[in-house]
Formats: sequence, structure tokens, C-alpha cells
Amino acid sequence: MAGEPGSFANRWKRFSDWDERPLRLDKFAVEDAENGFASFVSRHDPKPALSLGSGVVEVMDGTAARDFDMIDTFIARYHIDPEVAPEAMAKPSHEVARMLVDMNVPRSELVRLARGMTPAKLAEVVAELSSLEIAFAYGKMRARKTPGNQAHVTNAKDDPLQMAADAATAVAFGFDEVETTMRVARNAWSNAVACAVGSAVGRWGTLFQCSSEEAEELKIGMAGFTSYAETVSVYGTEKSFIDGDDTPWSKAFLAAAYASRGIKMRCTSGAGSELLMGFHEKKSLLYLEARCLCLQRAMGVQGTQNGGIDGAPITCTVPGGMRELMAENLIAVWLDLECASGNDARPTESEIRVGAKIMPFLIAGSDLICSGFGSILKYDNSFNPSLLNGEELEDYLVLQRDFEADGGLTPVEETRVLAIRTRAVEAISAVLEELGLAKPTDDMKASVVAASGSDETRSYLPRDVALISESIKERAITVVDVIKALAKRGFAEEAENLLRLVRLRISGDYLQTSAMVRDGRVLSAINDPNDYLGPGTGYRISKSRRDEIVAIRDVLTREEVLRAESVHKPAESKRISYRTMGPAAAGGDAREVVIGISPAFGIKLFQTVAGHPLSAILRELIAGITEGGASARVVRMKHTADTSFLGLSAARLAGSGVGIGIQAKGTAVIHQKDRLPHNNLELFSNSPITRLEHYRRMGANAAAYARGELPEPVVVPMRGEAMGSRYHARVSLIYAIETELASEGAVPEEVALVFLGDAA
Amino acid sequence: MSGERLTIADYPLAEKRPEIVRGKRGKGVDEITLQALIEDRVALEDLRITATALRQQAEIARAAGRDTLAENFERGSELVDVPQDTIMRIYELLRPGRAQSPEALFAAARELREQYGAEGMAAFVEEAAAVYEKRGLFKRRF
Repeated sequence: MAGEPGSFANRWKRFSDWDERPLRLDKFAVEDAENGFASFVSRHDPKPALSLGSGVVEVMDGTAARDFDMIDTFIARYHIDPEVAPEAMAKPSHEVARMLVDMNVPRSELVRLARGMTPAKLAEVVAELSSLEIAFAYGKMRARKTPGNQAHVTNAKDDPLQMAADAATAVAFGFDEVETTMRVARNAWSNAVACAVGSAVGRWGTLFQCSSEEAEELKIGMAGFTSYAETVSVYGTEKSFIDGDDTPWSKAFLAAAYASRGIKMRCTSGAGSELLMGFHEKKSLLYLEARCLCLQRAMGVQGTQNGGIDGAPITCTVPGGMRELMAENLIAVWLDLECASGNDARPTESEIRVGAKIMPFLIAGSDLICSGFGSILKYDNSFNPSLLNGEELEDYLVLQRDFEADGGLTPVEETRVLAIRTRAVEAISAVLEELGLAKPTDDMKASVVAASGSDETRSYLPRDVALISESIKERAITVVDVIKALAKRGFAEEAENLLRLVRLRISGDYLQTSAMVRDGRVLSAINDPNDYLGPGTGYRISKSRRDEIVAIRDVLTREEVLRAESVHKPAESKRISYRTMGPAAAGGDAREVVIGISPAFGIKLFQTVAGHPLSAILRELIAGITEGGASARVVRMKHTADTSFLGLSAARLAGSGVGIGIQAKGTAVIHQKDRLPHNNLELFSNSPITRLEHYRRMGANAAAYARGELPEPVVVPMRGEAMGSRYHARVSLIYAIETELASEGAVPEEVALVFLGDAA
Repeated sequence: MSGERLTIADYPLAEKRPEIVRGKRGKGVDEITLQALIEDRVALEDLRITATALRQQAEIARAAGRDTLAENFERGSELVDVPQDTIMRIYELLRPGRAQSPEALFAAARELREQYGAEGMAAFVEEAAAVYEKRGLFKRRF
């Protein structure tokens, strides 16, 4: 090509556009198994293998028993079932993979086989599956039939008033579990009391945990404030485990200790933790996770918080990272563990990646879809922001509605949320006062009830909270004291709710796999087992549950749209009158442009979707036509409401052969009598962004066509707004009003306009 | 219990078999009311799980095919009467580098066995001691 070298840009500017998108804040890592960055495959991963000698594991995944590390030892002793192992290990992995996605193979059969499989075998099998197959298998294999969800409830000030209000709000939205943690470690006791009280508002049964240092957490549980624990972390390499300051035996001891206190417990593990801790042994993320999960089954915990968790962000930097997170969750449920399936630590700044990440779990369901949906605002999340947060909670409610998928949440009306928050703040304030811990003022309470986040509160600060918290601990205040305080101060319902929750401990029913409380009943993998065997089986949304899910706020109805329209009638009647002059005839004036208005124009509908009064639209069109040197005549079409036919019918009546068709919603067209219906001269299809000046210029252009000229078409500038999503529901309802008034064969009617005193 | 083996049909116990659900001091669920609590007839002690309940849940877990979960419940049942401080002390001892030799763990195992009859738990701690020795965990970490 001719031209100076360098006269062209050195960059396509789209890359600069892309640079500005939130996605580019995410950093991606090259696949590099030697340095731990491999999701599914590393050449250092062992091949699946198992040999047994008189019921004892002699070699597992390439390692002889004498060389077993602690994790191997524990898995070999407590996970591997020698009765099943020979059969399970002999099955080709691709065959087992097919069983996982075969709706005719029951879950129980696969769970049986998993008991005889080594970590490398489990990893090899799920690696055969595509993301779609993993999601499907997950839906089939998860232990409990009914899906649930868990909320994070924390705030940046550790403020107990806000903690209680937000816990109650989370409960109202339907979360089955609430998890809190603190900005300042010593505030654990205050957080525990506040969340316990808050989650007793409105209904009973939401399980609650306070994530803190192991010993402290167990003590808080012993005092009766919490009902479960999930921060018992395990790791896939021995060195990571030791750096995590535990061993499989110490963690298993802790698991037994929680059981002995009647507290539900699950472990935590997730891809990337070993990589973050520096001891990945060059193994793939999935293989290490398979070890963690076998270990958890071996320890006898009922479930796991699994799927990257704190390691999710680093896992998502690797190719296949999100698929790996799904795959490890599948191994968890295949091992018959309750799965709180991650979807917590926010692994991306891209809202598209966020939405994509949650989708498989939303449609497959999970025991707890998020192991911490941030029910509060991002900056208030003391765990760090979650995949989904208070900001995005409504998006999630709409996703449930879109896919008719039960994500565990339920829309709540504004007035109810306010009432719940008020009640929670009053309840915790009463407890703090009654126990002599603090005296919240009315201003503090009022600020918390209304606040979306802690930036907006005038309440306790971390130091104030430390005093409250230390006092609870030192005085050995227990849940019994709190229940009594609630009852004494008139919060009998909350006292009763809290007592019911603590009373669950006696039977231990909620210690079983995947237990939660729904409608006052313990529901677990035992009395609500996932029985998926194809369409019509497994979890199906009931009619009543569907009614709950679809009831999001601000949904249009025909009545509301009509009411909204009729509001404008009185004002319009002061601006314009439409006088009917009988059937319209063809005009003879070669400079005449006919404006064809739609059947309901000015009769039942009074403004465009952009909010312009129809009188103003007509004024502008007529002014434009007149300024263009033509004359305007208005005709009401009664046989059609379609823009093209309005325009064409008008053109055929016009002496110039040029007409304008306009619907009440503001969609307008310039037409010419010899053209095909949908081959117009100019079209304003985006009425919501069409301004009055555009209509005036449309009038002028119609006049120019009438004169036989070719004017510059009027282009209504569009910036890529999703017009359909914003307006189509309303527009369809409005348009239906037009079509209702149209009747086939009805003749066009001459209209004489009188513009009255009030201009729009 | 009268020697019968619980099955998944008995679950949830509080719903299906309320007559066998008893708190630490023998109170049934229907006795643990708000009124009783306000009148101090119910204390935190009544809201604690019992070793019996854990063994019952172990039977149910086993009936549901979850042997390892059942074993955990059984280990837990042995710890029900072990005081909190003792539990935390032994847990701490099981963490890496806390014990400097197997003897400390053996002593803990003896304590569990002799004072609390926690035979399974004691064996578990002894097993840990052997593994820790093999893997070189008896060394100071901080």
C-alpha cells in the first residue's frame, strides 16, 4: 500500500476499550504444572492404583505404605473400603464417568463405588467429563434433594446492631445458614450474640456459625450461640497441613469434639490452598483436592465447604480453573459429603464471569449453593467480597426466576424487610440492655435500620464492640441468658425461635449429612435424599415454591400500565382536542403530507414511551411539515395499529403520496405510497430515546420527500441501550390497547386538531 | 434403648421417636419449653447432647450407609463427658510440634481411656502418636 510507513495506528483501539473493562483487572497465569498452576493434569500426578494385602492397603496411587505421608495413611485406613476397592478400581474410568451422567444409574451405586476409589482414580474419572456433564452429574449426585443457601453476615465495624439487622434480613430472604466473622478477633462473642438474636427474628431454623480461631469457636458453640462450624480446614499435602497447624488426627479429633457438643460441622478444602501455601508438590489442583475430599470422608465429617473457597481466585487464573472447581465439588458429593459449594470468594471483577460461575450451581442445585453469599455489601464482608453480594442479590433473585431454578432464596417486600430490621435492632438492643452490656440510643438504632451498609450507620465501632464482647466472654453469658433476656423484654417469639434452634442439639438430628431446617423440620440426606433418576424425579419446584420465586418486585401488569396511562388524560385534554370529521378522502394537494395516527392515539394513550405528550408530538410533526413547505392533514387509522401500515395508508391518502405513520408509544415512520409496507423511507424504531426535535425533523423530511427531494435521514442516536429489556413489556401492553381498538376494514377517519391553551 | 437397632425410618428422632430423645439431665423435648427455661427449670445442661443420642445417630448413619460418619459420632459419644478444657488440651497436643515425643500423646490416651472410658478415642490418639513419630512431627515448630 502507498503511504508513509507509520501513518497507520500501531494499535486497534478496541484493545484500548478492552483494557478499560473490569475483566482486565483479573490477572491470568500460564499453565505451569511444575509450579503448581495446573487444574486437571500434571505429569507429577500419580496414576490410579491400589493393592491390598489381607484387607490392608499396601500401595495407593503409586506410593507404597511405608512411604505414606499422614494424608495417605489416613485415607488408606479410614476411607478405602477393601470390600469395594477391587471392583471399583478395576472399572475403567471412562466407564465410571459415563455412569455419573447416566440417569439410569442410581446415586447409591456410584456412592458405593466411590468408597473403594483412591484420590487419583476419582480425579481421573471426573476429568473425563465436560463442564456440562459435571454440572449434570452434580445435580444427580448431591446428597440432599432440596437445595439451600448460606449467607455471610458481617460488617466493617463489627457493630452488633447492624449484625442483628442483617442476620434477620438474610433469614427473611431465605438463607438456611448464616455465617459471621469479625474484623477484630476479640469481637467474636459479640458477633455471635448479635447474629444468634438476629437470625431468630421472623422464623426459626436458620443455622448459625461464627468463624473464629478453632478453640474459641468451639467455646462459642458450647455457650450455645452457634449451631454449626465449617472452618475446619484440611489440605492436600502434608506440608500444607502442618503449616495450617494441624494434622488429619487433630482435625478428626476436633470433628469428634464438635459432635460431642451437638454442633453440626463440615470441613473446608479447596483448590489452590496448597499453591498459595507453597507446598503443591507439582501436583494438579484436582488431584490434591481429591486427596482432601477422601480425607474428609475418612474423618467422618458429614460434609465439606469445597470448591476453591479462598483458593478460588487463584484457581480461576489457570486454564480450566472454573471447570476444576465444579469437578472438585462433584467429587465431594460423589463421596456422599454435604457440599457447601464455594461460590464465595470473588474470583473475578467481571460480572460476566460472576454470572457464568454461579449458573451451573443454580440450575443443578446444591446443599448450599454459596458457602457464603455476601448478603451484605462488599465492603462490609469481613471474609472479603463473595462471588455474589448484597449489591447483586436481586440479580440472583431474577436468575432464579429466569431459569425457574431454586437458588434457595425468596424475594421479600420492602415493607417486610424494614419491619424485620426494626424488630432485630430492637431485640438485640433489648438483650444488650437487659444483660448490662450496652445501651444503644434511638439514633444508633434508626441509622442501622435504614442503612444499606456500615458507611451509613452511626452505631458501635470496633473498640466499643470489644468491650461488649469481652464482657460476654468474661461473664460466661450463654444462650440461656440471652433467651431469658429476650423473653423478659417482650421478645417471646424470638426467645422461642432461639430455644428451638438450641434444642435441636438434644436429638442430634441435624448432625446427619446435609441437614438443614425448613419450615420447622430437619431435612437431611436421610429424610430428603436426592432420588434423581431422570426427568420427573429428583428436586422439582413445587407450585407454591414457584410462586415465591417469581414474585420479584416491580412487575408490570396490564392494569398498572393502563392506570399509568390514564393519569395523563386530564392534562392532555387541556392541551389538545381531536375532533372526528367523518371518513377521510384522498387529498389532491401535491404538497400535502398526511399524518396517520394509531387507533388509541389520544383516546386511551396519551404519551410516548419517552414520556412526551402526544399533543407535543403532533405539534412538532406539523411544525416540521409546515416549515418544510408542505401542509399537514391528520387522519386516524382504525384498521391497523402497525407502524408500517399506518405510514403506508397515510401516504396513500396524501396528495403528495408521502405520509407519516405514528403509534401512541412514539414509533414513527415516513412512507411513500408506491413502496412495499416494510420498505419505508425513514423509521424511528427506538421511541424511548426519540426526542421532540427528532419528530420536528421527521416532519421537515416528510415535506422534503413530498417536494421530491432526498433529505439527510434523521438518525436517532443509540448508545447500545438494551431497549427490549427496558421497554418491551410495557410496550407490548400498550400496543395491545391499540390493537384492541383496531378492526379489520374500518375506514380512516379525518381528524381536526384543536391545540388548546396549555402547551406541554 | 431396648436393644433395637434404629433405622432411617426412625429419623428425625425428635419427630419420629420423641420418647427416646432426652437431654443431659433426662428432660424430653416437650419439657424444654420457654416457660421452663424462664422459671429456671431448664438450664444449658439440659440442652446438651448425650452419648446415647450420638450412638443413636451413629446407628442411623450406618443404616444410611455412612460408616465413617457413624464412627465419628461414636468417637464424639466418648467425648461427651470429657470437660471442655481437657478436650482443648488434647486437641492442642495433637497439633504439629506440640508434643515433643509420643509419650505425651500416650499419656493423653491413657487419660481418655482410664478417666472417661473413651476407648476408641484413646486408640485414635495412640495411632496418631505412631504416625507422628514416623513422619517426624515431634519437633518444635515455634
